[in-house]
Amino acid sequence: MKRLTLLALALVLSGGVAIADTIKIGVVGPFSGPAAQQGRNFQAGIDAWLALNGNKIGNDTIEIVYRDLPTADPAKSAALTRDLIVGEGVRYLAGYYYTPDAMAAAPILVEGNVPMVVFNAATSAIMNASPYVVRTSFTTWQTSTPMAAVARERGIKKAITVVTDYGPGVDAESAFVKGFKDAGGEIVASVRMPMNTNDFSPIMQRIKDSGAEAVFAFLPSGPATLGFMKAFAENGLKKAGITLLAPGDLTQESDLPALGDSALGTLTTFHYAVSHDSPENKAFVAAASKAIGDPASLTFPAVGAYDGMYVISKMIEATKGKQDAKAAVEAVKGLSWISPRGPVTIDPQNRHITQNIYLREVASENGKSINKEIRTFEKQGDPGWKAP
Amino acid sequence: MQTVLSIAADAVAYGMVLFVISIGLSVTMGLMKVVNLAHGAFAMMGGYIAAFATHQLGVPFGVAIVAAVAGTVLAAIPVERVLYRPIYGAPELTQVLMTIGITFVIIGIANYAMGPSMKTIPLPTILEGPVDIGFRSIAAHKLFAVATGLVVAAAAWLVIERTAFGVKLRASVDNATMAAALGVRTKVVYAVSFAAAVGLAALGGVVGAQLLPIEPYYALRYMVTFLVVVSVGGAGSIPGALLACLLLGAVETTGRYLMPEFGEFFFYLAVIAIVCVFPHGLLGRRG
Repeated sequence: MKRLTLLALALVLSGGVAIADTIKIGVVGPFSGPAAQQGRNFQAGIDAWLALNGNKIGNDTIEIVYRDLPTADPAKSAALTRDLIVGEGVRYLAGYYYTPDAMAAAPILVEGNVPMVVFNAATSAIMNASPYVVRTSFTTWQTSTPMAAVARERGIKKAITVVTDYGPGVDAESAFVKGFKDAGGEIVASVRMPMNTNDFSPIMQRIKDSGAEAVFAFLPSGPATLGFMKAFAENGLKKAGITLLAPGDLTQESDLPALGDSALGTLTTFHYAVSHDSPENKAFVAAASKAIGDPASLTFPAVGAYDGMYVISKMIEATKGKQDAKAAVEAVKGLSWISPRGPVTIDPQNRHITQNIYLREVASENGKSINKEIRTFEKQGDPGWKAP
Repeated sequence: MQTVLSIAADAVAYGMVLFVISIGLSVTMGLMKVVNLAHGAFAMMGGYIAAFATHQLGVPFGVAIVAAVAGTVLAAIPVERVLYRPIYGAPELTQVLMTIGITFVIIGIANYAMGPSMKTIPLPTILEGPVDIGFRSIAAHKLFAVATGLVVAAAAWLVIERTAFGVKLRASVDNATMAAALGVRTKVVYAVSFAAAVGLAALGGVVGAQLLPIEPYYALRYMVTFLVVVSVGGAGSIPGALLACLLLGAVETTGRYLMPEFGEFFFYLAVIAIVCVFPHGLLGRRG
């Protein structure tokens, strides 16, 4: 009996090599709660990829296991990740909307022999938390830095930065201040706004009084963004000729209908616009719009998830269905492909995605607001990453 | 000087928006003695109805306000009968648990039915854009909020202090058994007051939507602020709530201008100081 059990165990353990297998991918993201829309975009990106490529890689079938993490909660993220690896037996981890969640899950990867593909969390330091982390989204440093050059080229000498007082906000501020000063500009003031600011009028007064020609702003997408953009228009800053510059989080496509005409003309830099003109993107948008149901709610996390699925499929191909996190990560270092956002490469050094950053202007097209790409900064790495 | 006046105008506008939303809570908490944590949920419901009416049905803003108030009150009547009546006079913890539960249910329904994205309520042209008030320009909808706040304050004060219904309400609150023995139909009084409080919440949700956008988590996001306003003003006191809103609005706005990195430090410092000196709120009834 004991021998039989051992034999059975041996068969199960060796089974993954030869016989067709089901490979589980665990996805952690906010599928309910305040950021549910971003979680739905993860799902839409995954579903779009499966719709276009099928769920077979070689002989193996892939299966997605979702875990809901509504708000940034490191302890719960670690628990869900552990449960996915031990309980569900997932071979790949993906998703992670917030930086603290990715940071909390990273230390488990080596022991679990599981690679993680980050679909969103945008802080540079995540890449140093584990050698098994690969990222297909962006960093706030990456998207904010080109804006400094744009500002200087447009003849702006004095700028003020206004950011929400939390990790990515501080990243955006540091990136813009560094780029703008290096290009010979002057930062007249740097204001950090508390997370739960409702009324932005006093901030607008600060901007007016500072004598700056442009304001660089960063807020997490959500209700505060709407309040900020409205306050900017209503307090007459646009009329006073103050230019609003921001990374694209401020004008993500799903918020544009709510922002309305007050957002027109806003300049942003970002890695992806739903309106990006390429055949790859047209195919992606068609599939993802179908997956998400309401096409108006399609926005950037979907493309992070879609490309993340591509990376995972390449990992599975390279390891021929075997569980070998190290080989899987090695296989995608330096991987280049054409994403819906444009040509991209996984940087072999830090495993973060190198991509084009686009300067966009909020414009009205066929009665609909879009982020219209007007200029391309090619092959941008992550300037915020520091070797450990 | 220009800046000081400008900040003062912003402070008044913000304070009045808070007032319009919080006044209904002051009525339920102070007069009906119900700790109603679902107040923000009713304000949100009003906002959703107005957003739906303007976007999907294309009705004008004024009609949308009426629809929001009426719709929210109609929806709240069965909720009052089934879920609120058992908790009148119940211990505060019971009330808190019941109303926070109602809040989560409403958030879930809103998320399912309307989706997680923000909803806006388009303004009529007359309320759009800035108005010149001499030393600066201010958004017209903020002036509208200030006017609404003043009208609501005057009306609520008149009804509670100067009408027969107000007398019955205050009598029912102070001693329900005695009031009932004297022929006051306390259940009706409570139901009407509750409906009025919910209607005020819905009105506030619509009028304040430009500053506090409508989305499913609205119901929880701003609840602490509303509770603070009521406890600082003194539950049940209309002038108290008005004073609290103006005072806290001024502290908040000035703090944000001068030292934004301190966050809500000054706001809560003011709250602590006021509650230490006036444990029943600025103009609260004792006992």
